[in-house]
Amino acid sequence: MHTDQKRDIRFDEQTMETVRKIIKRYPEGKHKSALIPILHIAQAEFDGWLSPEVMDYVAEILNIQSIEVYEVASFYSMFNLKPVGKCLIEVCRTSSCWLRGAEDVVRHIEKKLHISVGETTSDGMFTLKTVECLGSCGTAPMMQVGADYYENLTLDKVDELLDQWKSEGKRSRYC
Amino acid sequence: MGKKLLLEHVDVPGINTLSVYRQKGGYRALEKALRTMTPEAIVEEVKVSGLRGRGGAGFPTGMKWSFLAKPEGVPRYVVCNADESEPGTFKDRYLMEKIPHLLIEGMIVSSFALGAKTSFIYIRGEYFYVARILEAAIAEAYEAGLLGKNILNSGFDHDCYVQIGAGAYICGEETALLESLEGKRGNPRIKPPFPAVAGLYSCPTVVNNVETIAAVVPIVNDGGAAYAAVGIGKSTGTKLISASGHIKKPGVYEIELGVPVEEFIYSDEYCGGILGDRKLKAVVAGGSSVPILPADLILKTAAGEPRLMSYESLADGGFASGTMLGSGGFIVMDETSSIVKNLYTFTRFYHHESCGQCSPCREGTGWMEKILHRILDGDGTMKDIDLLWDIQSKIEGKTICPLGDAAAWPVASAIRHFRAEFEEYVRKGHSIKDVKHYYTTQGLPEPAYS
Repeated sequence: MHTDQKRDIRFDEQTMETVRKIIKRYPEGKHKSALIPILHIAQAEFDGWLSPEVMDYVAEILNIQSIEVYEVASFYSMFNLKPVGKCLIEVCRTSSCWLRGAEDVVRHIEKKLHISVGETTSDGMFTLKTVECLGSCGTAPMMQVGADYYENLTLDKVDELLDQWKSEGKRSRYC
Repeated sequence: MGKKLLLEHVDVPGINTLSVYRQKGGYRALEKALRTMTPEAIVEEVKVSGLRGRGGAGFPTGMKWSFLAKPEGVPRYVVCNADESEPGTFKDRYLMEKIPHLLIEGMIVSSFALGAKTSFIYIRGEYFYVARILEAAIAEAYEAGLLGKNILNSGFDHDCYVQIGAGAYICGEETALLESLEGKRGNPRIKPPFPAVAGLYSCPTVVNNVETIAAVVPIVNDGGAAYAAVGIGKSTGTKLISASGHIKKPGVYEIELGVPVEEFIYSDEYCGGILGDRKLKAVVAGGSSVPILPADLILKTAAGEPRLMSYESLADGGFASGTMLGSGGFIVMDETSSIVKNLYTFTRFYHHESCGQCSPCREGTGWMEKILHRILDGDGTMKDIDLLWDIQSKIEGKTICPLGDAAAWPVASAIRHFRAEFEEYVRKGHSIKDVKHYYTTQGLPEPAYS
């Protein structure tokens, strides 16, 4: 994984411009509203997770206390507070997906990647997570990788996708 | 074919673009509102329409709007609740993805009616690609002078922004949504004050669901009376139903309220019947929070009347024999489904999504999940079933927000209507581990693991 790489935690100028634009949406003094959108950008820019250093940097940008960032980051399930693989696979497990075979999909991925839910492959490529309803119940079972939805899954389709992602070194990101 | 007020043009190629949307009559409601109507007249039309909140609670929209406080010199906000996270519900995603301008037009018209210069569409973070579609539509609207300063030379200024969440069901509760929009944890607020008085940044705010705001467009176009003429009784207009589970044609259907449930499940116009022509076992009619009903009670009321897809008919019989229309998340289970296992997925969901503020919900949901897990493993006792009942009854009505009720009702209804199945799990003990809790569909092969 990417933890041992010391890196400069700074947004580049183009990203900073996006951040400034987001902050401008809100009324004077209400810039904390930009926190969640900026955390998404930070997570995408800095290896798919929010380290304490990254959260401190976001606090600095918004001129708020670090604890205000930690308490928000730890509340929302899309923010990863531990390192994840390059490609984070999130399989929906709630009712409609379960009724249409989500458990088969999860167990199939576990077996193929030799990991359990919540673990990362030894090469740091894949992390597997199960998540709650993603609003794709009519096209169940489904999984999300980055911003993309993969729906009406069959085990063959899952195999195909995993092979493809491994060979292209797919990185999952929302933004 | 029923009347379509929202999705009439959903299959027109390019309807997501401004030019095609306008060719199909889009932004007529905005022109009519800004050029010929006063804000008060629009609120009046919405009242006349009988439109009720489409997020789940079904509160009359016109009444909600009329509660909005209007102190001098204080900004007001319109916030669209696009946090759609109720298991079984995916209609808002469909509407936003296919016809983003319908929502944008509804946002501008509603904001004009309520005197809001700024509005936010709060969308769940997982719908990131849908947020991008909305942002593209908003950019087109600015370009065409439909957003920004002096819209259509009316003197009305309006800005609309998309705000993304980050994965929290609780943010669909309107005060939690506002907390999240202010950059905080999504902990629901104690009401009063209601958002209509002190909402976003403590300013008067109206929070409405995506489908509710979209419905304002046909109401302004054709008048509230025309809208009220569709549907049945106090269930006026159309409703988007998200149909999923063991049916031949899952998807989003716009129905005229009042369609018989039996027709909705079996007719080719809608769900097309049960997969493999198996028998219907149960339905969760309005998203995970509403009581589950067995086949006989979802098709007919306890009095033997045909059950209709309407607020009143689905609620007929109270919780003893009825349910709720809720968000319209219609989950169908065939005879192979395990009610206990399905309930486990719901209870695990509510445990995961409880914000943790209120002890009955925080502790109760986790406790119920553990007991259900035990029963599914064959380690349950008959007393566990009574314990589940006892816990749910002590969560209901004892929390700040409705998540507590939403976690309690599925448990209560599953035990009320399917107690024998829970008892069977207990009786079978460890041999239950050999029972398949689910049926694989779509030709998925048998699992290769043991």
